[in-house]
Amino acid sequence: MISLAQTYFIEVMTIILYCLLIFVPLLLGVVMALYADRKIWAAVQKRRGPNVVGPYGLFQVPADGLKFIFKEIILPDGSDKTVFLIAPIITLALSIAAWAVVPVQAGVVLANINVGILYIFAISSLGVYGILMAGWSSNSKYPFFGALRSAAQMVSYEVSIGFVIITVLLCVGSLNLTEIVMAQKTMWFFIPLFPMFIVFFISALAETNRPPFDLPEAESELVAGYQTEYSGMPFVLFMFGEYINILLMCAMTTILFLGGWLPPIDIYPLNAVPGFVWFLLKVTLVFYLFAMVKAFVPRYRYDQLMRLGWKVFLPLSLFAVVATSSILFFFNLAPGM
Amino acid sequence: MTAQLLTFYLFSGVILISSLMVISTKNPVHSVLFLILSFLNAAGLFVILHAEFLAMILIIVYVGAVAVLFLFVVMMLDFKTSINKDNILQYIPIGILIGVVFIAELIIVLINTKFDLSNIQVLPNPLSDFTGKSNTEAIGSVLYTDYILYFQLSGVILLVAMIGSIVLTLREREGVKRQVVSEQLQRQGKIDLVDVKSGKGIDI
Repeated sequence: MISLAQTYFIEVMTIILYCLLIFVPLLLGVVMALYADRKIWAAVQKRRGPNVVGPYGLFQVPADGLKFIFKEIILPDGSDKTVFLIAPIITLALSIAAWAVVPVQAGVVLANINVGILYIFAISSLGVYGILMAGWSSNSKYPFFGALRSAAQMVSYEVSIGFVIITVLLCVGSLNLTEIVMAQKTMWFFIPLFPMFIVFFISALAETNRPPFDLPEAESELVAGYQTEYSGMPFVLFMFGEYINILLMCAMTTILFLGGWLPPIDIYPLNAVPGFVWFLLKVTLVFYLFAMVKAFVPRYRYDQLMRLGWKVFLPLSLFAVVATSSILFFFNLAPGM
Repeated sequence: MTAQLLTFYLFSGVILISSLMVISTKNPVHSVLFLILSFLNAAGLFVILHAEFLAMILIIVYVGAVAVLFLFVVMMLDFKTSINKDNILQYIPIGILIGVVFIAELIIVLINTKFDLSNIQVLPNPLSDFTGKSNTEAIGSVLYTDYILYFQLSGVILLVAMIGSIVLTLREREGVKRQVVSEQLQRQGKIDLVDVKSGKGIDI
């Protein structure tokens, strides 16, 4: 019985170690992403951005984090306190959980499951609950409006993301993320599926509530949306969850369209570079695009956002599914046929 | 094996408790949240059964879409006025009646069915061999071949229901201004695109 307990202890410890292996780099990645976001935004507006704390202002984000940790957590009087505190935890936990299946290199992935892409899609569709719960439990007008907007927005753009994923899957023939990357050995999918790449990128912006689709927290209309009543640590959890989700969407774009960890051309000096370096470079490139869009695209109006999602992207991606499957069928290109 | 058993009891225990909470909590929003919790744990049970595709679809469809709509509607209700403790007792007789009918039906079904696992291959279309296929592939190869008619029929029914509810709730309002993007883009002579030299500006 003792040996059984010991094996379980070792197993649990390994699982905890794996979780740390995901969580620590992600935390570091979020800190860098926040810094890069502010620096790029500042550069576009001819400002300096954070440059006081640490060399080149690198420690600005940890300093901000510390500040938030030591702030008082204010629970609004009329709020539903359990739900109010669970909401940010759910947001952060879900955004980290999705990373369990993301492969950063051939074979370097925590859980290489068969339905990897469905898992990520499912987890990201759960993300809306954190926002809805936060907005409702705050028992205040602006958070509630923000939550309603955000939920409607995320549900709408999930539809087109789903169809875009289906077009990619048609070309792969598997739901496993590693196999999706390996299928791009000859050609990255953003070349044959270029329109879908654009649709996916814009939908990813909307899904993560990034500008120009940051209506849930449009400060000119809704104070800070669903985060209005949050302070201190719960607010940090929301912030981190949001940025981890953004990084996840960058990683998804990389895996689905930019060939994951594969080098651009399979020749000597390029393919000697370890795969995760390519992966990181591509994720950084996509994040740079996210930051640039934030810097120079004005915010959409809500009805325009809904129009874009339901009347432009949905028909377009639906047509792309039909067109891709027809082409694959008639030219006998479909995998597994 | 023990770990599997433990996870099974964990998931099913949480399902039972949260289902109980769905009908016993006073707050409708809490009810919906417990309903979502029991959906999630049901998905966990599917994973234990190695039916990972079904688990993911359950989460995407029920939790990610259907339950969000539930929550949406319930959140907008003013439920503080609708909770009345005196009313609960008057529903007990009809509740007992429905429960008795339901249990009677279950018992009748269970008595008349013989669970003979050796005879399980008696199906309208005997399933082919799925060894070595992932369960996404296995479901696809059955759903889109032998059962395509039922699959398409359920799709058509859902489509009709969707269009029906849209038609029922559609109302034309007079005097509402709408943005027509194509008209905006087509207007002539009102927009000029001018290349502005840096540092010099333009005269309007």
